[in-house]
Amino acid sequence: MNATVTDAAYTTIIGLEVHTQLLTKSKLFCGCANRFGEEPNTLTCPVCIGMPGVMPVMNREAFRLAVRTGLALQGKIASFCKWDRKNYYYPDLPKGYQISQFDLPFCEGGHLEVEVEEGQAPSKVRLHRIHLEEDAGKSMHDESMGGRDSLVDLNRTGVPLLEIVTEPDIRSPEEAKAFLTELKLLLVYLGVSDCNMQEGSLRVDANVNLHLPGESGETIATPIVEIKNMNSFRAVERALHHEVVRQWEEWQATGKKKGEVPKQTRGWNDEAGETFAQREKEESSDYRYFPEPDLVPVTMTAEQIATAEAEVGELPQALRTRLQSEYELSAYDADVLVNQGKALVRYYLEVADACGDAKLVSNWLQQDIMRTLKERNITIEELPVSAPMLTELLKKVQSNELPRARARDVFAQMVETEASLEETMDAMGIKQVDAGALRELCQSLVDANPRIVEDVKGGKQQAVGALIGQAKKKDPNVNPGEVRKICLELIQAMGEDS
Amino acid sequence: MELSRDDIAKVALLSRLQLNDEELDAMQSDLQNMVNFVEQLGEVDTDGVEPMAHAVELHNIFREDKIAPSLPREEALANAPDEDGEFYRVPAVLGD
Amino acid sequence: MSSWIDLSANELLSQLEAGQVTSQEVVTAFLDRIHQVDPKVHAFLNLFAEEALQKASVVDERRKNGEKVGLLGGLPVAVKDVLCMKIGATTAGSKMLERFHSPYNATVIEKLEQADGIILGKTNMDEFAMGSSTENSAYNGTANPWDLERVPGGSSGGAAACVASQMAPLSLGTDTGGSIRQPAAFCGITGVKPTYGRVSRFGMIAFASSLDQIGPMTNSVEDAALLLEVIAGHDPSDATSLDRPVPNYREALKEPLKSFKLGLPKEIADFNPDPEIQKAVEAALEVYRETGATIEEISLPNLKYAVPTYYVIAPSEASSNLARYDSVHYGYRTDRKAMMAGLEEGDSPLVQMYSQSRAEGFGPEVKRRIMLGTFALSKGYYDAYYLKALKVRRLIRQDFDRAFEQVDAIIGPCTPKPAFKIGEKVSDPISMYLEDLFTVGANLSGNAAMSIPCGFTSENLPIGLQLQVPALEEERLFRIGHLYQQVTDWHQRRPSLG
Ligand SMILES: [Zn+2]
Repeated sequence: MNATVTDAAYTTIIGLEVHTQLLTKSKLFCGCANRFGEEPNTLTCPVCIGMPGVMPVMNREAFRLAVRTGLALQGKIASFCKWDRKNYYYPDLPKGYQISQFDLPFCEGGHLEVEVEEGQAPSKVRLHRIHLEEDAGKSMHDESMGGRDSLVDLNRTGVPLLEIVTEPDIRSPEEAKAFLTELKLLLVYLGVSDCNMQEGSLRVDANVNLHLPGESGETIATPIVEIKNMNSFRAVERALHHEVVRQWEEWQATGKKKGEVPKQTRGWNDEAGETFAQREKEESSDYRYFPEPDLVPVTMTAEQIATAEAEVGELPQALRTRLQSEYELSAYDADVLVNQGKALVRYYLEVADACGDAKLVSNWLQQDIMRTLKERNITIEELPVSAPMLTELLKKVQSNELPRARARDVFAQMVETEASLEETMDAMGIKQVDAGALRELCQSLVDANPRIVEDVKGGKQQAVGALIGQAKKKDPNVNPGEVRKICLELIQAMGEDS
Repeated sequence: MELSRDDIAKVALLSRLQLNDEELDAMQSDLQNMVNFVEQLGEVDTDGVEPMAHAVELHNIFREDKIAPSLPREEALANAPDEDGEFYRVPAVLGD
Repeated sequence: MSSWIDLSANELLSQLEAGQVTSQEVVTAFLDRIHQVDPKVHAFLNLFAEEALQKASVVDERRKNGEKVGLLGGLPVAVKDVLCMKIGATTAGSKMLERFHSPYNATVIEKLEQADGIILGKTNMDEFAMGSSTENSAYNGTANPWDLERVPGGSSGGAAACVASQMAPLSLGTDTGGSIRQPAAFCGITGVKPTYGRVSRFGMIAFASSLDQIGPMTNSVEDAALLLEVIAGHDPSDATSLDRPVPNYREALKEPLKSFKLGLPKEIADFNPDPEIQKAVEAALEVYRETGATIEEISLPNLKYAVPTYYVIAPSEASSNLARYDSVHYGYRTDRKAMMAGLEEGDSPLVQMYSQSRAEGFGPEVKRRIMLGTFALSKGYYDAYYLKALKVRRLIRQDFDRAFEQVDAIIGPCTPKPAFKIGEKVSDPISMYLEDLFTVGANLSGNAAMSIPCGFTSENLPIGLQLQVPALEEERLFRIGHLYQQVTDWHQRRPSLG
């Protein structure tokens, strides 16, 4: 669809505004539960309904999570920050103002490194600022009265929300998607947000325009457009692709530059695959910010910031590096594991450390375990086979007590029955075959199959496979490798005898 | 500063106050008087003076992250001019 | 005993404790007085006679059984209708909240109840506490008990008038620019604006959050000390409330002040207070000299800017505080059919609903202040008006700080003129604003201040003497005021209402 656009014709300039709800128990300014999916208007109180006379009091945990996010994104935590009122009328904003941060946010600057294409050097997306604010409620259209009404639910009102604003550093829709993917991973690792776009705990707006070379070497910027209503990372990518082409065409048709038309807001229609102009709200630009008189400023000393920094923990990028250097995993394997989230990595590290075979464990996680999680739609914490249980199982594989294929059966059975390794092996009739008995079994097979013995002697080593098959029929618990080894030994010994 | 009728109409819209022509005229004169009155602040030399938004020098006042009971929905909606038992109801929100 | 209503709150409390009278008898006496006098004065918007008698009987029962009884021991209290209460409507004197029933109690209401105060009813006020005469109430004005053709002052006019006319021994008002002290002066009672943060604002319908404070309105300093002791203290629901122990104010009164310095601001003369008021203040200074105080001239150089500063900051905060009255979650809503019928092409029904509901629900003074505040915060004017006022506010605070380095308390007239005639200033907002000339300073600076009666004009109108002390020095304030009331009897004069 962008066949008419050559890469050299312009540079795409993208900045993102990401809103993410914080994982606190209660709301930002009141004790109502911060929970999604409850019956409408059941999680409200006088404070979050904005009733006359109420006052907000800041949730300590919300501020703590905010600071942790700022530090993880390498931002500068302010020694002094304050809250302001952003005034506008909307039915889901019951006070008529949103408590937010205007000129003194808790965090400025920062960046996130993003790998756009595998094997390429990561790009650095700088952050402009991060601030903490309260979420608004939800208005939805009521179709029951011929569409003349909207209905308002205030359950979400007052949920703590971070606004993360990037610099216009992103140069392609793919990079925007990669940034969001990595940001989401980081936020989930930090435990500050669950970043569920379907539930609205992560929301993205994008600002996009084009830079073109002018005739005398200057840079021409096309008008900035803000895109809203994108409800997946894929939608962000598609919307940006569409918008870039649309802006290019508009530029060619009108020649309008930035500043010559008011900033436009466009919505994204996912089904139609296109952006559409949104009606402007009256005076949307005059929010009359002023200091919130009901909340006092927050100060942080260098020591407090350092303490908070120590609590941040290992971040995805550092983990990827460590898995490659300390566990000798490939970049690809490290990436797959880290992208599965902190709990899975913790599981991996525990088993890998206990087994000492990082690659074997990585394979198990990427195959049997990740498949099981996906099939059952469960998390690693919900997997019936705990890290110590998997360790026990893999140790049997390492010591050749269990053939690999058999071990996979055992694993599947353990997932099914939630039983221990020992119980499962008992139930499956898997017993450790005694070395003497195995030798006896092999001897009887060699004795009973002179033709095969001859074939082997004649150089057809693979003929021994038939003996393994017979051995497994007699005792399913035999280790095929062992059978093969013993039979070959016996046949060779016969040759020496004769 | 001189306030025009347009200025008044703009502030009235920002304030969400419907004013008819007569009220607009009266408001224009009242607001002009008030603005003239407060403009004497312009005489004061405030170079280098920190603005004072609070009468108390407090900072870092937090509550712990504990859940407290919410209002039963009936009680939450009891004062609403229009509701359907589950939601607050308003004329359609357009442009969204 | 001629009548229980002639006693001060502290005297009544002694009688209650001594078993000379029951709370029910006291409550009945005041209810009788209300029925007799309030048709002339119209101090009350709402009475809770039944609930009051019921609660009184509970307190009597507890006292009879030797159980613990709270500090107010069954004394009746009147409450300004700006404080949210679960019983009755809480209107803030506005049509907007005619049918608003608060689902929660203000912190001070909880404190009154815990102290076994008996709440008689809600008193009249200027709409949203905006005014100096109580003429801005949506529910008719209140008369000054000393001259029924004059205003009682405002905005706590009902609160002042009900104490002056012996309808309640104790009453709670609120003071944003003088709304306790000016009506106290006009009605010849004692009114205290405590230090900002001393009394929780949670549940007080906000006018200007950085200036608002709740305080006692009583017959004497001793009674004010009792009531402040009950309502003061830290509240975790108000982030601006001070976490400092509450002194035993009545105990403090027993320690006499030996020598202290009172400062008379020289700038007061620039505003030509009424000569009779000047004379009364001079006489009061003489009384203090005789008790051993020294009087010094001090300077509050920015006094003349206090009112304009106040009339930028208070309306700005109010424009935001009153945005919540948007007819969505509570409060008055315009008739939908009529509203829809009046819509013109392109009008948004939602915006129209907001604008029309607010136009119909608010009175003219409230609208003026919302407009002024919205203007002062709007784009292009913020720096010149709002920010400028915050800076001048700092200078005014510094004036007070310097004065308090020099003297123990500031003394002067509370108002430039005595109570004016009903209707006299309604059409001249600025002259009404100048009523606050001597009182707004304490709100801007945050210090404590009080008005006590110090004489009468030739027309038999009360004159108020204002005393101001540094923040959290209420004990000193009460001791200085009490000293005066021990040697004068102005505070014991009662209007003759028949
Ligand atoms: Zn709540």
